[in-house]
Amino acid sequence: MRSKREAGFQDRILDLFTSSDALVSVVVVLLGFAVGTVLLIMVGRNPGDMYSAITQVLSGYDLRSGVWNARYIGEWLVMSTPLILCGLSMAFAARTGLFNIGAEGQYIVGLTVAQFVALYGPQVAGLHWMLAVVLGMMAGAFWGGIVGALKAKYSVSEVVATIMLNYVAYFASRFLTQLIPGANTYRTPSFSQTARLESPFLMALTNGSRVNYGFYLAIVSVIVFWVIIEKTRLGFSLRATGLNKDAARFSGINVTGSIGGAMAISGAFAGLAGAIVALGSFSYGRVLGGYDNYGFNGIAVALVGNSTAGGTGIAGLLFGMLNSAQPLMQSRQIPKEITAIISGLVVVFISLRGGVRMLLEWRMKELARKGRVTE
Amino acid sequence: MKANAIEMIGITKIFPGVVANDKVDFSVAEGEIHALLGENGAGKSTLMSVLFGLYDPDAGSIQVRGVPVRIKSPNDATALGIGMVHQHFKLVRNFTVAENIILGMEPRTAWGDVDLAGAEKRVAELSTRYGLSVDPHAKIENITVGMQQRVEILKILYRDAEILIFDEPTAVLTPQEIDELMEILERLRDEGKTIVLITHKLKEIKQVASRCTVLRRGKLVGVVDVASASEAEMAEMMVGRSVVFRIEKAPHTAGGVVLRVENLTVLGPKGVPAVRDLSLEVRAGEVVGVAGVDGNGQSELVGALAGLLPVKSGRILLKGRDIASLSIRERIKAGMGLVPEDRHIHGLVLDFDLDENLVLKSFRDAPYSGLGGFLDFRAISKHAADLIGQFDIRAGAGPSTPAKSMSGGNQQKAVIARELDLSPDLLVVSQPTRGLDVGAIEYIHRRIIEERDKGRAVLLVSFELDEILNLCDRIAAISKGTIVGVLDAKDADERRIGAMMAGMRMDQTQSGTAADTKGGVHAL
Repeated sequence: MRSKREAGFQDRILDLFTSSDALVSVVVVLLGFAVGTVLLIMVGRNPGDMYSAITQVLSGYDLRSGVWNARYIGEWLVMSTPLILCGLSMAFAARTGLFNIGAEGQYIVGLTVAQFVALYGPQVAGLHWMLAVVLGMMAGAFWGGIVGALKAKYSVSEVVATIMLNYVAYFASRFLTQLIPGANTYRTPSFSQTARLESPFLMALTNGSRVNYGFYLAIVSVIVFWVIIEKTRLGFSLRATGLNKDAARFSGINVTGSIGGAMAISGAFAGLAGAIVALGSFSYGRVLGGYDNYGFNGIAVALVGNSTAGGTGIAGLLFGMLNSAQPLMQSRQIPKEITAIISGLVVVFISLRGGVRMLLEWRMKELARKGRVTE
Repeated sequence: MKANAIEMIGITKIFPGVVANDKVDFSVAEGEIHALLGENGAGKSTLMSVLFGLYDPDAGSIQVRGVPVRIKSPNDATALGIGMVHQHFKLVRNFTVAENIILGMEPRTAWGDVDLAGAEKRVAELSTRYGLSVDPHAKIENITVGMQQRVEILKILYRDAEILIFDEPTAVLTPQEIDELMEILERLRDEGKTIVLITHKLKEIKQVASRCTVLRRGKLVGVVDVASASEAEMAEMMVGRSVVFRIEKAPHTAGGVVLRVENLTVLGPKGVPAVRDLSLEVRAGEVVGVAGVDGNGQSELVGALAGLLPVKSGRILLKGRDIASLSIRERIKAGMGLVPEDRHIHGLVLDFDLDENLVLKSFRDAPYSGLGGFLDFRAISKHAADLIGQFDIRAGAGPSTPAKSMSGGNQQKAVIARELDLSPDLLVVSQPTRGLDVGAIEYIHRRIIEERDKGRAVLLVSFELDEILNLCDRIAAISKGTIVGVLDAKDADERRIGAMMAGMRMDQTQSGTAADTKGGVHAL
């Protein structure tokens, strides 16, 4: 097409915008920070303080005092782990054409089951935490699988079913955890040490942060996600179902099975997140006083990560960074709300991709009006 | 020559990514039947939608009866005496003819209520004057498609239209109804109306039009006097090169029965049988065509064969084995290939690349799928490269071309390549050339005949009678969900098939086509 060759710099940028989703995400994140910076200047704060807080989270290096403490890096990774996993949960469902708004519920179920196993499971080193993690994951898979089965068998909307099951999971978890002998309104007795995900090596490396085996599991999950979706028959069926259910069915793919399976796998990621938070960040079982919101934030993570394995991993690290930079910002007189504003803006800008496309089309029309498009 | 009723100058209309009309000039003289000819996507409907106020042109001007006008909405068009008969009728099914016609401009009596009696009288007058023989009291759901179209015509006549636009009016009609429509068009012209006929059917143009404007890819190719141009010349203008109308084919030698459908009943979307007690046979080495007007159970028949719709009763025997209760995948394995009616819905995953689409049915099998359920993308890509060569699929980026970026013709070639690559014993082909340009149609027709010559059984379902007559060895006419008659191609002509499509049973016209008493069951 002639117009493409003649198109100016501006048009080439627009072209890029519509062709590369990853680039859009990067630009959108930068844009979010830019707006955040402007806002800080407007309220009379020094945006440099925000960036120094971020630097401290990413590198452990405090620019003001010149002190290096790797603990900040560790805490960042701890914060990112459940976000990455819940992002993968959302992304996996999205790749199959489902909207799993129930990662929160699946997370709670995984967390609760892991807590029970931590308290009542066999106190054998190695085995104990593994069992708790696996059963937590399976509980999440079951919770997601219910939704998948309802959708596949009775065409129940997964959006409604997952929202409802979030409440069921939350109140069931509170009720059951409070039944544990010795539990009060907010906690149970402490776990045995064998149930903890503590990694002495990682702790030593990060100056005693809470970073644990869970981070390894998150990395493995990103790889597993990528392999399943991109490299296997199962992933092919799921992607085909997600992109065009009718064509998938016509080609002999078991669409109802795909939906059930995808929701179960999606739930497994969220359940794993729950288990990791329960066993990695706490030494006792919690009676939840509200949603931890990792499941909901996972939606934003998957959105920014374009529902790809690597993208979701990086987006999880980004959101984790914003979350763990909050207290540092506050100590530097930066209102902590700025992080919520930035992550909100990022999501809004991402959603504006459609708008960018419209802008491109408008540009093409303008070109054509000037007679530059011929055929 | 009389004054021009319509004069469109330099009309340009751009849609995202495509210039639908590129500086098109179009003029229609008062009182003529003017054909607007072009392939699918040539910009005919866009141009007429601009005239009817549905689209705002990006450039160009319009004059009606010599007066420059801006038509911003269909209401403006109606006020200027321009009416349009759309391809898909816009009628309320449980209203009467008269009620439909007055809808939106109901006449009132002195008491303020709707003057239905007066309206019915006027509708009856109009109907007689233009020879439409429409009963104003009949309900829409009880009259034929041909009649419904006349109601649409009456609707615009009632609004005092002087310029009538017909958008592909014959697509939904049987050959007999087409003839009647042609007479109506002539009658309208004799009564002083100006008519624009949008079509891609040359025969109709030859029959009624005096002049013909040809569009190709959004541009004006030329205006011809129909009387002095041959069909071949007009086709060449439309396509941009000379066209083969008939496919050469060797006489067929039918082998054993591959597909036998016995007393098949399939429910349609409303829970009423769309296919009723249908029986049909296809043998190896022959093409059997199912001819019929849209909406007579063809989609449901194909859906039931594919396994997309449940079979209410009856049997589907593929090489003697009843596949009616098998899953879609088992049917594919049993040797059924199917080119679906809509390549965008069932045929392709548009967001997949070409190579992925080409293994959509076979990705589980070697060599595409290896140990542990891992896919071998090198094999998948090589497979695509092979098929691209074999089937002449034009794909910009080779195997990794996104399916959605390919042209309709090449998408269809991809679907056909995938199906033929599995070497099915039975190939069911539904509307294989809908929306394609002539070049792609020729290619696909040739491929279908090749499959027949290889000894495959082919079942072709099409609304295009020419396509059926061109390709088939035997032709089964379908009406209201049953096969009303089967003809050998050599005995078939448009007239005869048209009569059957309209639901007239062939009694003892031809040997071997006698209608069974069990409601359209045929000894084949």
